[in-house]
Amino acid sequence: MSESRYDLNKNLAQMLKGGVIMDVTTPEQAKIAEAAGACAVMALERIPADIRAAGGVSRMSDPKMIKGIQNAVSIPVMAKARIGHFVEAQILEALEIDYIDESEVLSPADDTYHIDKTKFKVPFVCGARNLSEALRRIAEGASMIRTKGEAGTGDVVQAVRHMRAIQQGIREIVSLRDDELYNKAKELAVPYDLVQYVHNSGKLPVVNFSAGGVATPADAALMMQLGAEGVFVGSGIFKSGNPEKRAKAIVKAVTNYNDPKVLAELSEDLGEAMVGINADEIEILLAERGV
Amino acid sequence: MKIAITALQGAFLEHERILEELGVEYFEIRKKEDAKKEFDGLILPGGESTTIGKLLYELDLFHILKSKIESGLPVFGTCAGLILLAKDISNDDKRYFSTMNITVKRNAYGRQLGSFETTGSFGSLESVPMVFIRAPYIEKTGDDVEVLSVVDGNIVAAKQNNQLVTAFHPELVKNFVDIHKYFIDEIITKR
Repeated sequence: MSESRYDLNKNLAQMLKGGVIMDVTTPEQAKIAEAAGACAVMALERIPADIRAAGGVSRMSDPKMIKGIQNAVSIPVMAKARIGHFVEAQILEALEIDYIDESEVLSPADDTYHIDKTKFKVPFVCGARNLSEALRRIAEGASMIRTKGEAGTGDVVQAVRHMRAIQQGIREIVSLRDDELYNKAKELAVPYDLVQYVHNSGKLPVVNFSAGGVATPADAALMMQLGAEGVFVGSGIFKSGNPEKRAKAIVKAVTNYNDPKVLAELSEDLGEAMVGINADEIEILLAERGV
Repeated sequence: MKIAITALQGAFLEHERILEELGVEYFEIRKKEDAKKEFDGLILPGGESTTIGKLLYELDLFHILKSKIESGLPVFGTCAGLILLAKDISNDDKRYFSTMNITVKRNAYGRQLGSFETTGSFGSLESVPMVFIRAPYIEKTGDDVEVLSVVDGNIVAAKQNNQLVTAFHPELVKNFVDIHKYFIDEIITKR
């Protein structure tokens, strides 16, 4: 991938900032998401809550289903490939997907290596629990990062933990002396130049969204106040009582995340939130996949 | 001079950084009270036009801003901002401010694989760096519209009295302030 292509891919993530990316499983849901103000949709066969319930091996979605969603909406369409499954990624690139999510939500195809994302023209977003994971994914070619959170739970605790960890990691690097950066790169197991970038600029070199467990407008605003530049909402919308209304409310909450009055207004009467599973009570932590 | 930027979704911080570099005062519009303030120019940044268009209505900003633009407020739209100002969109039924006599095509270069960067002229400026991200272009222009930039036969920047639009993103180019300067010098100051 040429440097200018990588820049263009980072630029697309910049255009998504301040927006909500919604998981959808059908063209109808995609249309609802677009009409509610989603800045992009993630096309997948089963939303994380159902993947969790079904168990077994979870893979890239059927291209036919992805194409159906691409034809249904005009906003960017993302889709997931399994961690390390570069052929699934090749297929998604052939479909001209706008962003590939190399995702821990699907079953990993490789327990050691991630996809070499520099080999692709289409952009990748990857999950991270901390700065070390985030910078490794960027070194591999990711042009956007999201917290892993714990998908399909409706429990925001892990997303909060991961966002705080990333932000703390950044603040720590900023506070170091220049001659301490080499050792930091060693400790984090990431390239020196990325540590240097974070030290000089006080942020990641790519856009950083929040994902995994966001279920309410307040959750979304919480993640924004903690430093997220936008939010992915998976099961939280289409597993709730009134998806349309909730989707709209979350979109507005991300724009006005700093205004409690607005947040109070739009949190009203949204119907039932997704039931949710306590992230401490589940057996498989998706976030532990792909470190 | 004070410029307002709609900060509903998309790349508004990038515009703010340029205004800081130029030493121009600005503020963000996120709700009705913001839109009612006094300001000398408005920037409609890039992002998803469907999202921003939706939020303009939902947050009760639409009519306030439309009437200001109609009564001559200088406005600069990039990418999604261009779509919001267009009178016609050839491949979409939605319409937003509809204040500029142009017909635009959304996602005119296709999906992300069609995104590209190039250089071109803009009015009297040469070698302007241009970044196109899932960009639109202008298919037709009507009365009073001055074409400022053409790339590969397609119109990518234009002006109509108080309104300036670019299909590309000058806010994404580091250390490049020329188009914003044009907006300030040629449109706001000469108003």
